Amino acid sequence: MYVAVKGGERAIDNAHAWLAEERRGDTSIAELSIEQIREQLSLAVNRVMAEGSLYDPDLAALAIKQSRGDLIEAIFLIRAYRTTLPRFGSSEPVKTEDMACDRRISATFKDAPGGQVLGPTFDYTHRLLDFKLAAESDPQADAETAKPRREPIPHIMEFLNTEGLIQTEIACEDTPPDLTREPMELPSNRALRLQSLARGDEGFVLGMAYSTQRGYARNHAFVGELRIGAVPVEMEIPELGFAIEIGEMTLTECETVNQFQGSKTEPPQFTRGYGLVFGQSERKAISVALVDRALRWKELGESDSGAAAQDEEFVLSHCDNIQATGFLEHIKLPHYVDFQSELELVRKLRREAAETYPMQEAAE
Amino acid sequence: MTDYNFAYLDEQTKRMIRRAILKGLAIPGYQVPFASREMPMPYGWGTGGVQVSAATLTPDDTLKVIDQGADDTTNAVSIRKFFEVTAGVATTENTTEASVIQTRHRIPEAELRDDQILVYQVPIPEPLRFLEPRETETRKMHALEEYGLMHVKLYEDISQHGAIATSYAYPVKVEGRYVMDPSPIPKFDNPKLEMSAIQLFGAGREQRIYALPPYTKVESLDFEDYPFEATKADHACDMCGAENSYLDEVIMDDQGSRMFVCSDTDFCAGRQQAGHLGALAAVNAEDAA
Amino acid sequence: MTPLLKVQNIAKFYGNRIGCRNVNFDLYPGEVMGIVGESGSGKSTLLNCLAGHLVPDDGAVLFDTRTDGLKDTVTMPEPERRMLGRTDWAFVHQHARDGLRMNISAGGNVGERLMAVGARHYGNIRSDAIDWLGRVEINETRIDDHPTAFSGGMQQRLQIARNLVTGPRLVFMDEPTGGLDVSVQARLLDLLRGLVREMGLSAVIVTHDLAVVRLLADRLMVMKDGHVVETGLTDQVLDDPQHAYTQLLVSSVLQV
Repeated sequence: MYVAVKGGERAIDNAHAWLAEERRGDTSIAELSIEQIREQLSLAVNRVMAEGSLYDPDLAALAIKQSRGDLIEAIFLIRAYRTTLPRFGSSEPVKTEDMACDRRISATFKDAPGGQVLGPTFDYTHRLLDFKLAAESDPQADAETAKPRREPIPHIMEFLNTEGLIQTEIACEDTPPDLTREPMELPSNRALRLQSLARGDEGFVLGMAYSTQRGYARNHAFVGELRIGAVPVEMEIPELGFAIEIGEMTLTECETVNQFQGSKTEPPQFTRGYGLVFGQSERKAISVALVDRALRWKELGESDSGAAAQDEEFVLSHCDNIQATGFLEHIKLPHYVDFQSELELVRKLRREAAETYPMQEAAE
Repeated sequence: MTDYNFAYLDEQTKRMIRRAILKGLAIPGYQVPFASREMPMPYGWGTGGVQVSAATLTPDDTLKVIDQGADDTTNAVSIRKFFEVTAGVATTENTTEASVIQTRHRIPEAELRDDQILVYQVPIPEPLRFLEPRETETRKMHALEEYGLMHVKLYEDISQHGAIATSYAYPVKVEGRYVMDPSPIPKFDNPKLEMSAIQLFGAGREQRIYALPPYTKVESLDFEDYPFEATKADHACDMCGAENSYLDEVIMDDQGSRMFVCSDTDFCAGRQQAGHLGALAAVNAEDAA
Repeated sequence: MTPLLKVQNIAKFYGNRIGCRNVNFDLYPGEVMGIVGESGSGKSTLLNCLAGHLVPDDGAVLFDTRTDGLKDTVTMPEPERRMLGRTDWAFVHQHARDGLRMNISAGGNVGERLMAVGARHYGNIRSDAIDWLGRVEINETRIDDHPTAFSGGMQQRLQIARNLVTGPRLVFMDEPTGGLDVSVQARLLDLLRGLVREMGLSAVIVTHDLAVVRLLADRLMVMKDGHVVETGLTDQVLDDPQHAYTQLLVSSVLQV
């Protein structure tokens, strides 16, 4: 017999309870603390902060714990929380030349003022599973530390700029639009694009950037400079009338030197791509810089090669993983009403076809 | 959840959404861009409808939430619960008692009144999207009323299938001006789009709100010699005997035998209580006894 | 008589480079104007300025509209210009792919313009499409095929049918025989000549092929480096060229 589906509410409650149990896993194993996640899974925390657009390592760690390590789910939790936060104001633009660099490298020069600082990188590790880490106690590794450089570390791109070898970015005092407060309007502008890419899905942006390297809108990128470190964040307090430091955050900044431009009337010049991301997220920062450069084709007078990475509307409409995952996964929600109308239609069309071509049917 | 504002969204955000709603009502069928917020439920789960409902609800309202016409499908339950917790409004499954009805994929069978608001969840608000993927281009097409392509699609359907092969999200023209996607309701529901209640459409991920004020003229696109037809399964409801309601087809056993029941659960239950019985209602009653 | 199209002082620059400059002519109803020149002479730039695809830097393109008489299409609002583009004007591209919807059937391609101006009777649209396929020598059985299944010549004929189905008052053609084999060109030219005569079409045809203008154009404009160097009746210009460049152009064809 038929019983209308009832009890959706109880099913949901039960599913949630089961989910909580699964999240905790075997209770004989010690529970993860937020501090452990924050300190020991810091790159996951960084990604969640970057794509969640909220700089708070503790909340990001909590989100990772709650989401059972599903980072997109964790990003979603952070985003949903972020929406509810009031806006007090906006900071002054951070000055990355004042960054206390943990890592700072340039691929375009052997050395530069401030030096190459390798920092905590996987780059030259051999990717061999370290079974020592599987042992219960992780021996405390002490790394040697050098004295931090006092004076600001200049941007390597500026050395090219003083020679006029690279396009000058025109300074702009306009407050950039806020993607999370205004609907995205296309065509957009560079500030909005960089914002969108910075919180875009790491995998998507990486794939787009990779496609430019493989010839889909190739722009010959070199990493002019990649720096990671803490920068002070300042904000102007209306009551005070001047900016004060309200904290600091770790950022990854990537500036690329790209294919040069020039014409009969203008001498050739290198062009730039730029990426700035929360936390230590260098794969993401480099990817953003490459895609940024590809999207600048119009402004730089290049031709549209029809590559996906050059297509602003395509890139910006699909880089957000919370939008993407929501829409992708919503097809598991009931659609039986629509499906029913499709069923009726297909049956009707088949019936009509059978009436029109009865011989064919018979022959088959 | 007392930390959250009434109906979850802050007042600034609700005002912003209300402005978009008013603009939508002033230009029926026009898609108003709005700064959709990231809600605590995924995009595609009705974030647009939820934001529109949140901006529309007052503490005195009575809310009904349906998905596929049913009050107790999981997502309807989840959204109803969300507003019970965040807004504390009264909820109901009774269509006539509700002042705000949020829906996904259906219009209730009962005729709505002018003191009711119907809020639709919309996945893809752009009726031209699958003909032209670019937003920049579709906005221009709407602005210049260049809708020839829409009929090309219908033409292709007929030349290929002998009939217009769109059965849900069937495009309509509003007040002779904007072509609009009525959200993925079955085309059976299209004639009901001309109604006394206010209809609001919210697309969260796509950041669009649009609206139909009461008594707006809504025509389903068609050809003179292939007129629009509001179709449904050629059966009566096996539970309540209704012959004019949209039906779900339910597979009953491993042999694949079927029964047809109203998709609008409140409508069907109401009819059964009033003593209307369908072909299989008696069998069910016996089984239950 | 009021000219159908009055072109005044059109100029278009690409940076410092001249696209075209100081172009003036009148086109009367039923007249076909040929514009010839080698590639880079500015003829395509001019055509795109006339058809509203490019905004000229100077000058006016007056069209004799049905309601308001002569009206500058350069300064006219975009909705009005786009309306002209799908009613009174037609544009035949050199490459049929640019002028067709490749993922829509031949019938749909021909029917689109009818539907764009409000045709809502499927049967009539279909019979108009069949009629037009016949007129461009495409078998009616191909009506539901996509243009991707057509040969280059058929695609070009389909594009012409799609453009002429609404009875446009002015047709712009950009190298209509350009991408085709010589034998296919001859057939298409023959077809176009028939249509031009039968329908009394007014047209502006850009081409580098003197044979095309000899066959189709009443008058001729010769362009070089963005400037018009000679104009006149087609036979006159081709048989007795005055400008040294025209002489070169005509003789180079003869030498072939």
